[in-house]
Amino acid sequence: MSATEDFKSSSCRDYGQHEATLPGQQLAWIRSLRGDALEQFKTHGLPLGGDEAWKYTDLKALNRRTFEVASQAPAIEPQQARTQSLIEAPCARLVFVDGLFARALSSASLPVGVSVASLAETLQTDAAALEGRLGQQVEIAQPGFSALNTALMADGAYICVHRDTPVSEPIELLFLSSGSPDRAAHVRNLFVLESGASAVVVENHAALGDGAYFTDIVSEIFIDEHASLQHYKVQRDGVQAFHFAGTHIRQHRNGHYVAHTVDLGGRLVRNTVSASLAGEGAECTLNGLYVASGRQHVDHHTRIDHLVPHAISREQYKGVLDGRARGIFSGRVVVHPHAQQSDAQQAHDSLLLSDDAEADSRPQLEIYADDVKCSHGSTVGQLDDDALFYLRARGIGLEHGRELLVRAFAAGVVAQMQFEPLRARLDQLVGEKLAAANLSGTR
Amino acid sequence: MLSIKNLHAQVDGKQILNGIELEVKPGEVHAIMGPNGSGKSTLANVLAGRDNYTVTDGELIYEGKNLRELAPEERAREGVFLAFQYPVEIPGVSNIYLLKAALNAQRKHRGEQELDAIDFIALVKEKMKLVEMKEELLYRSVNEGFSGGEKKRNEILQMMVLEPKLAILDETDSGLDIDALKVVAQGVNSLRSKEHAVILVTHYQRLLDYIVPDYVHVLAQGKIVKSGGRELALDLEKRGYGWIDQPDNAKSATVGAGS
Ligand SMILES: Nc1ncnc2c1ncn2[C@@H]1O[C@H](COP(=O)(O)OP(=O)(O)O)[C@@H](O)[C@H]1O
Ligand SMILES: [Mg+2]
Repeated sequence: MSATEDFKSSSCRDYGQHEATLPGQQLAWIRSLRGDALEQFKTHGLPLGGDEAWKYTDLKALNRRTFEVASQAPAIEPQQARTQSLIEAPCARLVFVDGLFARALSSASLPVGVSVASLAETLQTDAAALEGRLGQQVEIAQPGFSALNTALMADGAYICVHRDTPVSEPIELLFLSSGSPDRAAHVRNLFVLESGASAVVVENHAALGDGAYFTDIVSEIFIDEHASLQHYKVQRDGVQAFHFAGTHIRQHRNGHYVAHTVDLGGRLVRNTVSASLAGEGAECTLNGLYVASGRQHVDHHTRIDHLVPHAISREQYKGVLDGRARGIFSGRVVVHPHAQQSDAQQAHDSLLLSDDAEADSRPQLEIYADDVKCSHGSTVGQLDDDALFYLRARGIGLEHGRELLVRAFAAGVVAQMQFEPLRARLDQLVGEKLAAANLSGTR
Repeated sequence: MLSIKNLHAQVDGKQILNGIELEVKPGEVHAIMGPNGSGKSTLANVLAGRDNYTVTDGELIYEGKNLRELAPEERAREGVFLAFQYPVEIPGVSNIYLLKAALNAQRKHRGEQELDAIDFIALVKEKMKLVEMKEELLYRSVNEGFSGGEKKRNEILQMMVLEPKLAILDETDSGLDIDALKVVAQGVNSLRSKEHAVILVTHYQRLLDYIVPDYVHVLAQGKIVKSGGRELALDLEKRGYGWIDQPDNAKSATVGAGS
């Protein structure tokens, strides 16, 4: 590695080294998808200043680092994977380690009418199923990680729920990081819900070590007519980890997408979501909860396009920030001309537990239709002193009272999760994180 | 039980209490009346230990302990209870959880076993009947979306479950209809015994028809300007507060208190 090498050049070098062996390269359309993306990445690179979409998230420190992809998945004991799982009952589970599929750790108790597979394997065996979907929903001609991911995508989950198949059992995607320093993982997911299908997907990012590793994820999600997806994304990366996730959704008529994103780990975390509401009656719900302490930085950046009339979008993000942590929510809602009776709401509420923590909200409504209902609200607050005194006046100690109030704030998000078996586990994880974040506080 | 001497206190830097004297013995019920803004709630909050209420001078001795040195939760565990004039809504913390945590904090402090779930529920249900509260409210967030009357009943329920040695009720009667008022009175009267004392802050004498106080004190401009028996409340009702001496020339300020 030369002294002048930076993130971009080392990523391009990675591409050069692995190009031939990346999955799907036997196919012309994949070769051109990757090739175009690499050109875009070379042109735009990382947003290192002046880019509105990255106003609050500084990537200069990342840019000084170099990362390398794993050539094969490090060996992990099944027990290590099991303890990180969020679902107790047997279910379809794909496990990836440092971004590479670990077949031995995965289980395929699949309901009929569903395909759940490694994307890399699908590119070898059934690439036709992916053509026309893969790469279609993500914009790569801009600075950031979408182009890089598209060029270097190594593996991830391909889920297809076939027409009129309702699947109530969850599908868990467990992305384990070994925690090796300087390791890069380029994860690519593709979820297709054919018309009338429904599914519950739990995307679970966990770490086995605390090195400064890098993960970028691009998920493309297609929700056809009358289909619905509950998408849970739980992120517990290591304290030094970089985590960049882009989730890009296209929803057709009466297609419903509900996402719950829970961020507890990572040093620098960015969740980008873009949803295109392309059919009447589409409903998109984005709920987020993050608990950040120390120097954690969690950035939520969403864009929802109401392309047609009568679609609904709901965004509700909540953050608890301690230490010197920073939380950002930028929510853009674009109501296109003719998209009458669009109904969009967004809210970002954050709770600051220390004087050095910081929260920013940037709602942006762009409305080009006249008959719409759009609202946004944001609050930044401290713990309610009156509530705390009330609890203490009933004999509840200061620490316990603070903990109760913070947990109550966070619990609202978890309580809204429809998939019940996940709630208790998440309450517990959130509680552990809050306890670790030292609620005695520095206020 | 409680001895207040020369109590001076500020709220957020503003001087509100100007030398309160009050002696409360076990078994007594003291009513504190007085015009709006005279400092009744300030006194109640000072006793409960609210943060921004600062005692600048005087003594607060409760059961031989210096209250000024105790945190609000320590006072509560020692048996001081404040029924809030404006009960606080706490979304996300259930009413039943609060009751249980409060009771167990107190029991633990006294070195007693925590109540198990079955005994606890039985206790709560028994008390709920007396305050005529809908059971459903137990499982809702503390005071969230409760009507004014439900909030006050909830305060009384908490008081009855905790059985404080010293209960301070800050205008628990305000805004209540007669039925609710009777419930409050019943709650207080059920607590009334040799061991328990009550300070009733009220604006109206109406409540005192149902809870007959041993002493009535009139607070004006942060001082007790008149004390007497039950008949003082009736006088106040008839004649208003105008005839009461103002603190500057109040020689009889502490008459009756502690006698
Ligand atoms: N937080 C505060 N900051 C400044 N002044 C206050 C505050 N709270 C109450 N006060 C003032 O203290 C005085 C006494 O108030 P309070 O004790 O509530 O009276 P009461 O309960 O008798 O109506 C009033 O003049 C009121 O305006
Ligand atoms: Mg008052």
